[in-house]
Amino acid sequence: MSTQTAPTTPGTTRRPAAGRSPSRRTVVNRAPWILVSPFLVLFVLTFVLPILVAVGQSFTSVTRAGLFGEEGVTSRFAWFENYRLVLEDGNFVASIWRMFLFGVVQVPVMIVAATVLALLLESASSRWPGFFRATYFLPYGIPGVIATILWSFLYVPGLSPIIDVSEKLFGYTPDFLGAGTVLWSIANIVTWTYAGYNMLIIVAQLKAIPTELYEAARVDGAGPWRTATSIQLPLIRPALVLTTVFSIIGTLQLFAEPQLLKTVSPAIDSQYTPNLSAYTTAFAYNDYNLAAAQSVLIALVAFALSFLFLRLTNRSSR
Amino acid sequence: MTAAVSTGTGVTRQADADPQRPTTDVAPAKGRGGRPATRILVTGILVVVAVYFLVPVYWVVIAATKTTDDLFGTNGFWFGNSFALFDNIAAVFSYDGGIFWRWLGNSVLYAGLGAVVATYLAAAGGYALAKYAFRGRNLIFGLVLGGVLVPGTATALPLFLLFSQLGLANTYWSVLIPSLVSPFGFFLCRIYADSTVDNSLVEAARIDGAGELRIFHTIGLRIMTPALVTVLLFQIVGIWNNYFLPLVMLSDQELYPITLGLNNWRAQTDRLPEFYELTTGGVLLSVIPLAVAMIVLQRFWRGGLTEGAVKA
Repeated sequence: MSTQTAPTTPGTTRRPAAGRSPSRRTVVNRAPWILVSPFLVLFVLTFVLPILVAVGQSFTSVTRAGLFGEEGVTSRFAWFENYRLVLEDGNFVASIWRMFLFGVVQVPVMIVAATVLALLLESASSRWPGFFRATYFLPYGIPGVIATILWSFLYVPGLSPIIDVSEKLFGYTPDFLGAGTVLWSIANIVTWTYAGYNMLIIVAQLKAIPTELYEAARVDGAGPWRTATSIQLPLIRPALVLTTVFSIIGTLQLFAEPQLLKTVSPAIDSQYTPNLSAYTTAFAYNDYNLAAAQSVLIALVAFALSFLFLRLTNRSSR
Repeated sequence: MTAAVSTGTGVTRQADADPQRPTTDVAPAKGRGGRPATRILVTGILVVVAVYFLVPVYWVVIAATKTTDDLFGTNGFWFGNSFALFDNIAAVFSYDGGIFWRWLGNSVLYAGLGAVVATYLAAAGGYALAKYAFRGRNLIFGLVLGGVLVPGTATALPLFLLFSQLGLANTYWSVLIPSLVSPFGFFLCRIYADSTVDNSLVEAARIDGAGELRIFHTIGLRIMTPALVTVLLFQIVGIWNNYFLPLVMLSDQELYPITLGLNNWRAQTDRLPEFYELTTGGVLLSVIPLAVAMIVLQRFWRGGLTEGAVKA
């Protein structure tokens, strides 16, 4: 990554400074900063500062004097008090474990499905690959909120044609919104939205495999199965790693789906996912310090998990 | 076989260097065609999966043609007794003084303006990091790389706290400003500029007397176009689909993007059933442009995304 040599090695005069631009070197030294600073300023404003604010808030405790805080508000440095409170909150910790369970099942299912679809679409046996590719990718353009509205209509008894059909055909009434099933109903929405997108990333990488490799494999007598396992899967590995990391981060951010389904499913409470928890703490209880601690913890867990996954995949590739 | 696999790294690098390579039609073993039985089986699987992806969209198309009575009284997979599609759509457009248009316009503003500016800034920054050696460049890169892995929703809450102190909460700026920054786009542009913008070309332009900014705008941007398209599309979809940030930032309905607005209608269905007609009509209208856009744009969704991962 950093092997590339930059054109402007300090100290080398690029060309004999023609009288027209005597300060050429300073221009070259200033140019990268002119180019990078608009991005950098906004990045600091929207990423670095909020994170610093959040960390600061998470270490602060605010006490209100008087019954309604009318006698003034005092804030003090509270060390890990907020973190202790957050970690003692059984519901918040449970929501993190719920996301682990969700991720352990949903992410592999989705990635495997996306890989299989990509391989099938790129195989010689598939017809109309362009049509199918576009169809599978379509849900990615539908916002999570809209997707959840759509699926919630298909989950709600009385409105759902799926429940009607199941009752007529099998005499069985599925409950998509019960305590044991609603998590997987959410998993279905997430898979529906992102499987095609992940498939497209994998397809892009499959297309980058040169034809000669396939020809060599065919000369060696490899069938489609052998080609997939020995050539395609090893070569699309970077795409699989990338999609998995993004999916892990996405899982911990789960918010819109449970927040919307909450109104139709009593099994979802206001602390169902970590993000929902932080949102509730901030806007229902107005405890920004506790909410900040929760946000920081969510970010740390997401960071740690993606890092861990990247390390594991790096090691096993050696 | 083993020899073929071991060239793996060389292969990906080659694909990197020439991302525009016309690889579209070199599906493996083309011409052999596969046996008819395999072909039927594979196509069958693909059709079943396609049905899964299309069922919710099909359902909303049907539902949007129904009155609330029909919605609950007739089979969801087929038309009802009445055909109320045009009434429903007219109701969506006229409800509350045409607020649907306003939401749609807001979404277009947030996603359109945000994505264009974000792409330009990411391109400039990524190009600068790839093509100049300067103090602090590794620090910047590390910082931004960390930003890629920070979940967007984790910064939304603190951003709200910050913006409310600055008096920016509940304004257009509160949603627009965070949309202008794409750490992932920055990352991608750096990688792409690194491998495609030729140093000797930049050098030649310098000798011809072109200024540094002019070199970026005429040569850099043009060569980076494939990556920029990817970043732009990625950012448009990201902003358009964002729900958490506007939810946290905005309390004024007039500023809502379409996602928040439609959820607002849906939330009223349990008290006022006529909102079902508005919601299904509104969902249908908002899905159509996106569905068309996705089908048209998916061809541009090229390898750009994975190039970063290959190199990193």
